[in-house]
Amino acid sequence: MIDRDQVLHVAKLARLRLSDEEVETMVGELSGILEHVDRIGNLDLEGVEPTSHVVALENVLRADEPWQSLPRDVALASAPETSEGAFRVPSPQAE
Amino acid sequence: MADILDLTVLEAHDAKMAGELSAKEHCEAWFEAAAGDELNAYLWRNDREGEGAAIEVQQDWNAPIAVKDIFCTEGVPTTAASRILEGYRPPYTATAVAKLIEAGLPILGKTNMDEFAMGSSNENSAYGPVLNPWDRERVPGGSSGGSAAAVAGGLAPWAIGTDTGGSIRQPAAFCGIVGLKPTYGAISRYGMIAFASSLDQCGPLTRTVSDAALLLAMLQGRDPLDSTSVGIEGGVSLPDRENLAGLRFGVPAELARDAVDAGVREVFERTLEKIEALGGEVVEVSLPNAEHGISAYYVIAPAEASSNLARYDGVRYGMRAGGDGDLTEMYETTRSEGFGPEVKRRIMLGTYALSSGYYEAYYGQAQKVRTRIAEDFTGAFSAVDFVVTPTAPSVPFKLGEKTDDPLAMYLNDFFTVPMSLAGIPAISIPAGLAEPEDGGPQLPVGFQIAAPAFAEQKLLDAAYALEQGIGFDARPNGLGGADG
Repeated sequence: MIDRDQVLHVAKLARLRLSDEEVETMVGELSGILEHVDRIGNLDLEGVEPTSHVVALENVLRADEPWQSLPRDVALASAPETSEGAFRVPSPQAE
Repeated sequence: MADILDLTVLEAHDAKMAGELSAKEHCEAWFEAAAGDELNAYLWRNDREGEGAAIEVQQDWNAPIAVKDIFCTEGVPTTAASRILEGYRPPYTATAVAKLIEAGLPILGKTNMDEFAMGSSNENSAYGPVLNPWDRERVPGGSSGGSAAAVAGGLAPWAIGTDTGGSIRQPAAFCGIVGLKPTYGAISRYGMIAFASSLDQCGPLTRTVSDAALLLAMLQGRDPLDSTSVGIEGGVSLPDRENLAGLRFGVPAELARDAVDAGVREVFERTLEKIEALGGEVVEVSLPNAEHGISAYYVIAPAEASSNLARYDGVRYGMRAGGDGDLTEMYETTRSEGFGPEVKRRIMLGTYALSSGYYEAYYGQAQKVRTRIAEDFTGAFSAVDFVVTPTAPSVPFKLGEKTDDPLAMYLNDFFTVPMSLAGIPAISIPAGLAEPEDGGPQLPVGFQIAAPAFAEQKLLDAAYALEQGIGFDARPNGLGGADG
């Protein structure tokens, strides 16, 4: 169903680093789940509208006015690292 | 007067009105009870000093409440039972919780759950599983297992939880209490940590249907902070229906009766007879696509989760690990160390389903199945008032029994997922006790009733009449009631 290479590719997309053991487990478990899920793959659903929302709602609008927002210090308070009033992260470029 | 902890919230209210019980006395009794948590039901308890001290008794409706740790509470730890949010103190409070505080309800604590609400046994918590008060070797159900165990185990008079595919109803059934998943949009999702946004809904876990109605009345309503919230037109009032005359209850013909444990089946059949004895009519309905619910759900929910959980990247809040390399290395180390196995599994599943070349085959197809399931219910409701099923295929299973088999765990949601996909309200009420297939003392069995969107009042009225007819009064060992 899903092989080792695909698992590694998906893990990369999801920003997860899996151990060799996790990769092995994931191959088996995801394949089992996908096999079950694939039962809907064969249903003839030509012309069926996919659900986008379960409750009939349209154009929920609000007035375009400034409203309360978090003060900067409060927004930064939970961050692992900050600097000069901003979130600080490692360099995107490997050294 | 009975022991304070044996009173339902409505009974306690009546006792207060009659001058037999003071609000302070009632509150103190519950705070003391919560402090004796041996079930690992609470992740954080309000010691009424320092953080979360705002529990001043203000009004008549001041029965304290337990809140699932998925709701943001300003200044109070909120983890969603994940390592990645360990120590996180949100800068704002979820609308649902704000409404409870506004109504004068002191917060007893934050309850344990499956990590990010992903699970049906509460074994996916990063902080250890919750024990079922009926048998501590068994699971309380999930993901709102802490809330359910707290209410059933005498650690809270009532609680709130969230239900994405059965996370209120199944633990309520496993713990012998009432659990209601309202219509999608009945209650604001603002400040509720997102799992699968098109399915997540807040709801009450209570000892009785009346208490569920009281709580729903407080929680429901449109919230400008959640544009998908609409509230329940006309509000919600206490149910008072005495019989089921003139009401039709549909049993799905496709209900795989052989997939249900014998004990659960027996309680279910007995409850159908009770419905007829109360004047209701039991007929067969057809939900031909409901059997595909699990397949559709386990595409849609992980897909939405993989997107929602992208925000946990070690930048703005929560834990950060690594950081000696570049940014990507920090993201990957943080997420790999912060998420538990089930959360990783669902992120992987969802990312795969949404990835290039697979989107239509999985997500597109699942959303079409969802439409079909919703149409099935619409068709059924043209002939009946309610659709009824067992809430779960078995009584609570043993801790560790299904942890090695994710698919077996997912199939536990067989009866609850279709209503979630259709967005309609459904309630689980305790219907009796049954012996587990693997032997041991009798355990609670839930009976699920589903109604058309926003028909909560009608649903509560019928559930109340049936609850009175069933007269379920068993409690876990050591607690009040007939079997106490």
